[in-house]
Amino acid sequence: MEPYEVFLQQLVTGLSNGMIIALIALGYTMVYGIIELINFAHGDVFMLGAFLALTLLGALGMEAWAPGWQLAGVVLMLVSSAAFCGSFNWSLDRLAYRPLRRASKLSLLVSAIGCSFICTNLGLFWGGAPMEVFAGGVAAAAPKDFPQLIPQYNLLGESAIRIVPADVAVLAVTLPLMIALVYLVKRTRLGRAMRAVAQDSTAAALMGIPVDRVIGTTFFIGGALGGFASVVYALYNNTIGFQMGYRAGMDAFTAAVLGGIGSLPGAVLGGLLIGCVRSMSDQYVELRWTNTIVFGILVLILIFRPSGLLGSTRREKV
Amino acid sequence: MKKPSLFAFTLVVTSSLASTLAAQSTESKGTLTILSSLPRTGSANAQTTTIVNGIKLALSEVNGQVDGWTIEYKDLDDASPQRGNWDPAVEAQNANSATKDATCVGYIGTFNSGAAKVAMPILNRAGIAMVSPANTYPGLTKPGKGEKNEPMVYRPTGTINYFRIVPTDDLQGVVAADWAKQLGVKKVFILNDRELYGKGIAEVFRDQSTSIGIEVVGYEGTDSKAANYRSLVTKLKAVSPDLVYFGGTTQTNAGQIAKDLRAGGYEGMYMVPDGCFEQAFIEAAGDSNLNGKTFITFGGLPPDQLTGTGAKFRDAYRLKYGSEMEAYAAYGYEAARVILQAIATAKTKDRAGVLAAVAATKDFDGVLGKWSFDSNGDTSSRVLSGQTVTDGKFAFVKVLGG
Repeated sequence: MEPYEVFLQQLVTGLSNGMIIALIALGYTMVYGIIELINFAHGDVFMLGAFLALTLLGALGMEAWAPGWQLAGVVLMLVSSAAFCGSFNWSLDRLAYRPLRRASKLSLLVSAIGCSFICTNLGLFWGGAPMEVFAGGVAAAAPKDFPQLIPQYNLLGESAIRIVPADVAVLAVTLPLMIALVYLVKRTRLGRAMRAVAQDSTAAALMGIPVDRVIGTTFFIGGALGGFASVVYALYNNTIGFQMGYRAGMDAFTAAVLGGIGSLPGAVLGGLLIGCVRSMSDQYVELRWTNTIVFGILVLILIFRPSGLLGSTRREKV
Repeated sequence: MKKPSLFAFTLVVTSSLASTLAAQSTESKGTLTILSSLPRTGSANAQTTTIVNGIKLALSEVNGQVDGWTIEYKDLDDASPQRGNWDPAVEAQNANSATKDATCVGYIGTFNSGAAKVAMPILNRAGIAMVSPANTYPGLTKPGKGEKNEPMVYRPTGTINYFRIVPTDDLQGVVAADWAKQLGVKKVFILNDRELYGKGIAEVFRDQSTSIGIEVVGYEGTDSKAANYRSLVTKLKAVSPDLVYFGGTTQTNAGQIAKDLRAGGYEGMYMVPDGCFEQAFIEAAGDSNLNGKTFITFGGLPPDQLTGTGAKFRDAYRLKYGSEMEAYAAYGYEAARVILQAIATAKTKDRAGVLAAVAATKDFDGVLGKWSFDSNGDTSSRVLSGQTVTDGKFAFVKVLGG
């Protein structure tokens, strides 16, 4: 491989990983934008989405389906995981966060950390499901193999640079979702209501906006994005485990802060940046330094630009 | 006349049973406890379950009685759900519970070399014999093979209380590199998981490769929690190695690395050490990613190659549990037998007596043939083996070293 080919290949890998991180980061940033809560459980809700997808895959026996039907199966998993994670996130808000709306921000944060633990343990139990796809459920905590429904052959044929269908799938799912989200926030009545609540929830309530419902919807949408991301993650990496939410959530949270928490374009930019920095660091520095470099950059940016890259004066919340 | 006779029969049986039980409880000179500390939560569970089965089989062979003493066995978990892997805090807790239990004379464990580091000094102070069925990091016992202060740092009292019945990585890494050479490898890219065991064996592999003329084109530590290793695969493909060697375990993501090697278009060989010699590795990697091009070394012989005592054990295991065992089950059995024999020959039935008897183990008729403990507490056995993966199963290839 020529040096420029190596660079391009790392860019492809970085962008694919980055898009997944960005999709999860959007969930963090939306919730933060509207009620200034870092929803620590978000990464774990994301993990549960992947478990639902694997359960569905096993229950319907999708591995044996014809390729065309498998594609339909992927769509089915995307939709179900999104609906599940959205509803789950909505319920978290309803049960654990809404009663604390008037309490101090710290109580809310502690409540979110508690929810994260509960979800992690749910995942641990789920991993023990006596199903073929969970390897019989004997080792609940073991990582689970997620069958390769999207093949990994090179679309560019004999070229040294590899772009596999899984890379394309990542882009095909994440990009339209991001565009749809921006449209929703900028152009619809719901989006306007969300922005109003983000700016001043009391004033929004006085104008007749059902604040709690708008917040609940925001949780639903954030969770749904996590659900989509979980299926994409599972199809791309082919492994899921009850601890995957921690690392994925950490990366996504870093991305959200890097881009300016509360800002939608910021979350996407942050995600792509982290994805690319990771792969470039793996290539040109050394794998063991990658985490140090990612978090080092975060520290530097927070020192010189405390509100993140795009979280400047004209910050678009939600 | 059917009923009365049945009644009489039952009466006789019950009374005789009761009398045996009574006789046993009066004859028992007391209770001695053996503990095992292994990762029972997480993906190592399948492997450790068969080790525990092996231990239980050894106990049932003597009916839980040695020389009039009742032997109790407790199966402790040294993993925590948070880590999904062995946890230093839990391992320390297990070792401490052994020291507090006055009847505890033997400790079977650990599975992970890193965990042994935690338990060894604690048990050394208490003078409890510790026999590991699986640790292979050389520094735990061999002076000059690990860090400068090893192994004395694990023996605060100066006496040796830690023994192991599997050949160590300074042997395994060497035979692995030799095997790679026989397989025609010219260039190798070496990875390690940055844990005690993985890094240790990767270093031995690297040194041996250099000395037998295999070019080491890369040497890197990995992040065992990473989602994928695609960037790493791109990096290593650019230097076109024939073999990727990973010093690590299933728990530190050996399976994901195998997946990403194939997904990233690497077509060469992949070699891993005994930390991946368990069905969970094949499940984690997906057998299509391993078939034919994956090689696993192991300090010992796989179950189906055992002869003599080993074969007897294998058949008894099948009969009792109705399932196949993982590679280390035989060593769980062996570790338990070593301690049981030591209890039988010990002059005093206490920690010091049993420890002295374990250390004196000589020409033991084990699953890998006759062996003895040397002055470091290591086995004299030198049998290692190499296997590959075909159709989702491990397949024995050859005996290495010897």
